Amino acid sequence: MNAPILVFIEHNNQKVADVSLELVSEATRLAKKLNCEVHGVVLSHNAAEELSPLGHYGCQKLYYIKDKRLNHFSSVPFSKLVSHIIKKYKPQIVLFGATTTGRDIAPRVASELCCGLTADCTKLEIGSHSIKEQTFENTLLQIRPAFGGNIVATIVSPESNPSMATVREGVMKQNTPDTNQKTEIISEPCNLSDSDFLSEILDVIREEKTVDLKQARIIVASGMGACTPECIFLIKQLAKTLGGEVGASRPVVDAGLLNKDHQVGQTGITVRPNLYIACGISGQIQHMAGMSEAKRIIAINNDPDAPIFKIANYGIVGDVKDVIPKMIKAYRG
Amino acid sequence: MGALNIIVTVKQVPDTHNISGDAMKEDGTVNRAMLPTIFNPEDLNALEEALKVKDQLGGKITVITMGPPKAIEVLKDALYRGADEAVLISDRKFAGADTLATSYSLKCAIEKIGRYDIIFCGRQAIDGDTAQVGPQIAEKLKINQITNIIRVEEVTNNSITLRRQTEYGQEIVKSGFPVLITVTAEANEPRFPSVKRVMMFKNITKKEVEESYDETYLKTPEDRTKKYITEWSADSIGADSIKIGLAGSPTKVKHIEKVVLTANSKNMQDIPNTEAGIGALIDELKNEHIFG
Repeated sequence: MNAPILVFIEHNNQKVADVSLELVSEATRLAKKLNCEVHGVVLSHNAAEELSPLGHYGCQKLYYIKDKRLNHFSSVPFSKLVSHIIKKYKPQIVLFGATTTGRDIAPRVASELCCGLTADCTKLEIGSHSIKEQTFENTLLQIRPAFGGNIVATIVSPESNPSMATVREGVMKQNTPDTNQKTEIISEPCNLSDSDFLSEILDVIREEKTVDLKQARIIVASGMGACTPECIFLIKQLAKTLGGEVGASRPVVDAGLLNKDHQVGQTGITVRPNLYIACGISGQIQHMAGMSEAKRIIAINNDPDAPIFKIANYGIVGDVKDVIPKMIKAYRG
Repeated sequence: MGALNIIVTVKQVPDTHNISGDAMKEDGTVNRAMLPTIFNPEDLNALEEALKVKDQLGGKITVITMGPPKAIEVLKDALYRGADEAVLISDRKFAGADTLATSYSLKCAIEKIGRYDIIFCGRQAIDGDTAQVGPQIAEKLKINQITNIIRVEEVTNNSITLRRQTEYGQEIVKSGFPVLITVTAEANEPRFPSVKRVMMFKNITKKEVEESYDETYLKTPEDRTKKYITEWSADSIGADSIKIGLAGSPTKVKHIEKVVLTANSKNMQDIPNTEAGIGALIDELKNEHIFG
């Protein structure tokens, strides 16, 4: 059997993070091409039952490091432990969610192991890469937007092992869980001294998300051309009428009209709703990167040349304030 | 304990708003000469936090950047805003560095600077958005790191308390020194350059940085950059040549593609902005069960 793919498992509030399930799922697709297993590593002070879904999604082995000092995230201990697991089990690929935690420890781990790391991948593939005379087969192609979303780069790191990547939340599709599949939990020791715990956590303030756009089937989103309290009111009204949620492009969030949970795009959330209604959104590439996979897109914009119309299924040239009331009226019939 | 020694890592970045695939070289690295450059925005936030610490407790702020000779511009800007010392590490041998090679080079330079209590970095640079160099410097120096800071809650002569943002809320974290901190745009509004300091350093401002690397060693005795901006080569920071530049970079760019978003559908349907037009659209979507 070839060397496994290792996924760093995040969990919070007694639940495995969505991004970890997405990564396990993606890893199973890569593993088929590589003829290898998918393993996970989890650090916790008390995780137990919540880990079983990992098996259902295709994680075959789970290295579990349990220690009461791991109840809060801390960079040095977490990255040391993950490095230790990598050194011990020698995976060929290591995946982290591009979350606050993943983006904190993955670089440290890559630095310690002197291996390549690609941030914020939106697509992973297996392929070959040639450097001078040498061809590397079955190498991880790490695909990510760069330069503010203006380009998409394919990055490889075939000469260092393992290939490591952080992957954006919401872009990889979850497998259909199969409850017959189980994960084998392997306890691993926590070889850390207290002097590794250099951060003292004084307080943790939980913030419930005001909206979960990833789950939304319909999103009505506000952009620069609908960046007034009056427009936001109409957009909320339309969302409520259609049973959808409210999204936003970055200028609207920067203006403080909606909070960051509503932000769609490269620096926000990637969404795939059935219907995306883009209100006054011109179609900056950074925004479109987060919503272009919506099944249907309605674009409403004053400017007939706005780039958003290039990816829209339906285009309405007009003022948001004028169009939305008509939509609400038509829907209510 | 004496006054704090603070290091701020900064980067001159291409303004990523107007970039085409033409700015990319054959090997996939960036042709920076073709792009307008700016002070990486979150590095300004990092500098501002350093300045606030200095305002409160005193100390010395050293800004450091790795880049071509032109990168001296961001160092000057940092001096205008209140930094005490500036270090440019510049060498053709650094070219093509990925985050691992960059963090190694900066680590060598930071060790040459010597004493440091706090290293402030911007969370990420807008050209790559990787957020990797800060944590990798911390690992190479074997020091603690606290990332994604939205506020400095308290700083004393031997510890700093920070508020960091996560997906689940916020954490208040305290660390002793030395520590590396990555700062987000939410942390502060960077102060403007002081007119007084611009006047003080205006000779530097007007100094044209020569294109050729060798000529950037500034020779005139009255030249004030010599006093304030230190320039180090790969050799002078003792960098191992196999760990820097392209040679020290495990990641390779295989392929670059300009983003062209294609339409989901063959043709966009023009919907007239009338009650009838919009009514027909809503009916169509209802019939196709798009609304659920």
